[in-house]
Amino acid sequence: MIERIPTAKALVEIREKVSVTHPSMRKSVTVCGGTGCQAAGCKEVADKVREELKAQGLASEFKLVVTGCHGFCEQGPIVVVRPSNVFYPKVKIRNVKKIIERTVAAGEIIDELLYKEPVSGDRIAHEQDIPFYARQHRLVFAHNGYIDPTDITDYLSIGGYAAIEKALFKMKPDEIIEEVTRSGLRGRGGGGFLTGRKWRSCLDALGERKFVICNADEGDPGAFMDRSLLEGNPHAVIEGMLIGARAVGSKEGIVYVRHEYPLAVERLIDALDEARHAGLLGDDILGSDFSFDIRISRGGGAFVCGESTALMASLEGRSGEPRAKYVHTVEHGLFDFPTTLNNVETWANVPEIIENGADKFASVGTEQSKGTKIFSLVGKINNTGLVEVPMGISVRDIVYEIGGGIPKGKKFKAVQTGGPSGGCIPQSMLDLQVDFQKLTEVGSMMGSGGMIVMDEDTCMVDVARYFIHFLKEESCGKCVPCREGLKTALDTLDRITQGKGEMKDIEILEELGEWMSTSSLCALGGSAANPVLSTILHFRDEYEAHIVERRCPGGICVELITYSIDPELCDGCHACVKVCPKDVIAGDKKQTHTIDTTGCIKCGACLSACTRDAISRK
Amino acid sequence: MLERIFSRYPVDRTSLVMILQDVQTEFGYLPTDALKEVSARLQIPAAQVYSVATFYNVLSLVPRGRNLVRVCMGTACHVRQAPLILETVKRELDIEPGDTTVDGEFTFQSVGCVGACAIGPVVEVNDIHHGHMNVNKMKKLLDKLEQSAKDEGQS
Ligand SMILES: Cc1cc2nc3c(=O)[nH]c(=O)nc-3n(C[C@H](O)[C@H](O)[C@H](O)COP(=O)(O)O)c2cc1C
Ligand code: FES
Repeated sequence: MIERIPTAKALVEIREKVSVTHPSMRKSVTVCGGTGCQAAGCKEVADKVREELKAQGLASEFKLVVTGCHGFCEQGPIVVVRPSNVFYPKVKIRNVKKIIERTVAAGEIIDELLYKEPVSGDRIAHEQDIPFYARQHRLVFAHNGYIDPTDITDYLSIGGYAAIEKALFKMKPDEIIEEVTRSGLRGRGGGGFLTGRKWRSCLDALGERKFVICNADEGDPGAFMDRSLLEGNPHAVIEGMLIGARAVGSKEGIVYVRHEYPLAVERLIDALDEARHAGLLGDDILGSDFSFDIRISRGGGAFVCGESTALMASLEGRSGEPRAKYVHTVEHGLFDFPTTLNNVETWANVPEIIENGADKFASVGTEQSKGTKIFSLVGKINNTGLVEVPMGISVRDIVYEIGGGIPKGKKFKAVQTGGPSGGCIPQSMLDLQVDFQKLTEVGSMMGSGGMIVMDEDTCMVDVARYFIHFLKEESCGKCVPCREGLKTALDTLDRITQGKGEMKDIEILEELGEWMSTSSLCALGGSAANPVLSTILHFRDEYEAHIVERRCPGGICVELITYSIDPELCDGCHACVKVCPKDVIAGDKKQTHTIDTTGCIKCGACLSACTRDAISRK
Repeated sequence: MLERIFSRYPVDRTSLVMILQDVQTEFGYLPTDALKEVSARLQIPAAQVYSVATFYNVLSLVPRGRNLVRVCMGTACHVRQAPLILETVKRELDIEPGDTTVDGEFTFQSVGCVGACAIGPVVEVNDIHHGHMNVNKMKKLLDKLEQSAKDEGQS
């Protein structure tokens, strides 16, 4: 821990002392400790690295650093040896000894353990040369791969807390807001509201107390960038909040974080302690007249609590029900005091803007969407993980250049963005530039950055039903249009996916959508119809196939499909026969198998057992 | 009985959700007596405590099983066949999501995104994430848990 830093000058001195070697250049072995890698067994790998460094007498020379998420979750556990920056994906415990012996101690590169480019088959030694990373523009995520999130010195050594120092001693609150406004930063949590404008209203609002809140509820299913930021670089979020608090004149900050993110909570608690100990939170920060502290509140696992007014209700100890928006939270927010609420990623962008200026930030991106955005690229895509890209990049580049295309040579069908409030981008719009405007224009939205890729084996009606089901479960039930509208929409979609739909159901869905979007209390209901309307717009043929032909083209809707085995592909390996719980698959070993569909319960056991993709659902 | 939990937070209504979460962690559910105590201590009407206790997904008024199986039904997992996994658990345990088996061994929940979307479909068992699940892996995992429950019962 760092002792209390009394002045700005002392901070500069400390930084000079600790930044002799940049964390990316120091002798170390970094092991990714993000959630994806944890499930892949990174803890055991890290333990083994520690053990081997010790056994080989390298422990005093090379530091083991367990970092936050590198983004390339598909390839976990990830180990990088520094300063040579040799990158090893999917590391097995049994290879750790070899890596320490040959790469750490002897400086060799172990070819067969390197990342293999799936198309060319080339082995690639360094992160920056791997296509997944090469096309990214990492600003917010720049340091996640090498800093130790549990050590404030690492954050200081990459220039951390220089922005708050500048904001405190070289800028007036008004100028901070001007800079953030000029940068064009827009909220990364959903609405894309101009951050500077929000802060300005909060500064102008009168109140005995003012609150600054970080929204880390991250309820959008399919998005996990906020989690990775908090786990990998919590001080960036804290520094952003400090700057915001200085700008609007607040002393009290709160991070509202999902309880499903225990590691993020733990990292944040530690980081807050360290910052407090160093005098970067608390009274008279760095010897100035500015005092500010942050506490954590764990959410209770309700999607609607990510909505700003519901979040505040939850913080006040009530059920998370939103209220009408005509009362602005920047004036009457938490406990009726002026409140500035921003998303995790929004906060994490702030230090960069203050330190390097609005112009530099605004040099990246499009006319009305500046900077970068982190997307979680997931679903039917080869390179799943978190990608940070400049605003304005095309969907095609994200899916094919960074994402490496669709697995198993399947056909691309759509990308879903904006979560339950968003919509789909079909094949014909692959060249769409991703920014706030363009996504909204095509009936989707930026949302918090979930990007779910769907291939030909996805049913778009099922996807619409999925979102409506999700929202029906999560609707707080306070207003009628949302509560009843979702119920009716779900009943209708259930009928269609069960092959009991009628053509007029499509009209009913469109009408319901219209009604919900104009009369719901909050954006949950207001945007709930988007996934339905967008799939009707782009995939009407699939709705019609379900209704007219009683057929599911994606092979998903259970009532409309039957399982069968493609005799061309089946090699008679017996794997499906062994797992079928109903014993309805017949065929001797090495003979083509067949499914007796009368007894088949369509459980999918054969599907996951077959290694040759011979099971088809039609 | 809840002093230790109260001592962690300011004793006022802002702490209600977190105090209830800690009670949940401590007992595995929210016992009626505990709810009454929270209500008295924080000076919040019991009806309001009840309203909060039933609003949030992490809070439960009934005891949970020894094993908590949570199948992620987030979007990323959904498109990677999570519904088949959900059906498998339903069939194997013979209960609906949200329920607990009669022997108190398993509680089964369907949840919306656990934040590990890149390795979906994901199933969380007793706070451990299992990635890239499929129907057969799910069955094996449940078998293993059932077996260790039996072994414990015998010893
Ligand atoms: C139903 C619903 C859920 C939301 N969930 C989140 C969330 O999980 N995280 C988030 O940052 N914003 C969420 N939002 C958006 C917030 O209301 C708010 O606009 C945002 O946090 C503001 O921060 P920003 O301007 O930095 O984006 C949600 C909105 C709605 C209507
Ligand atoms: S959608 Fe399953 S973990 Fe995110």
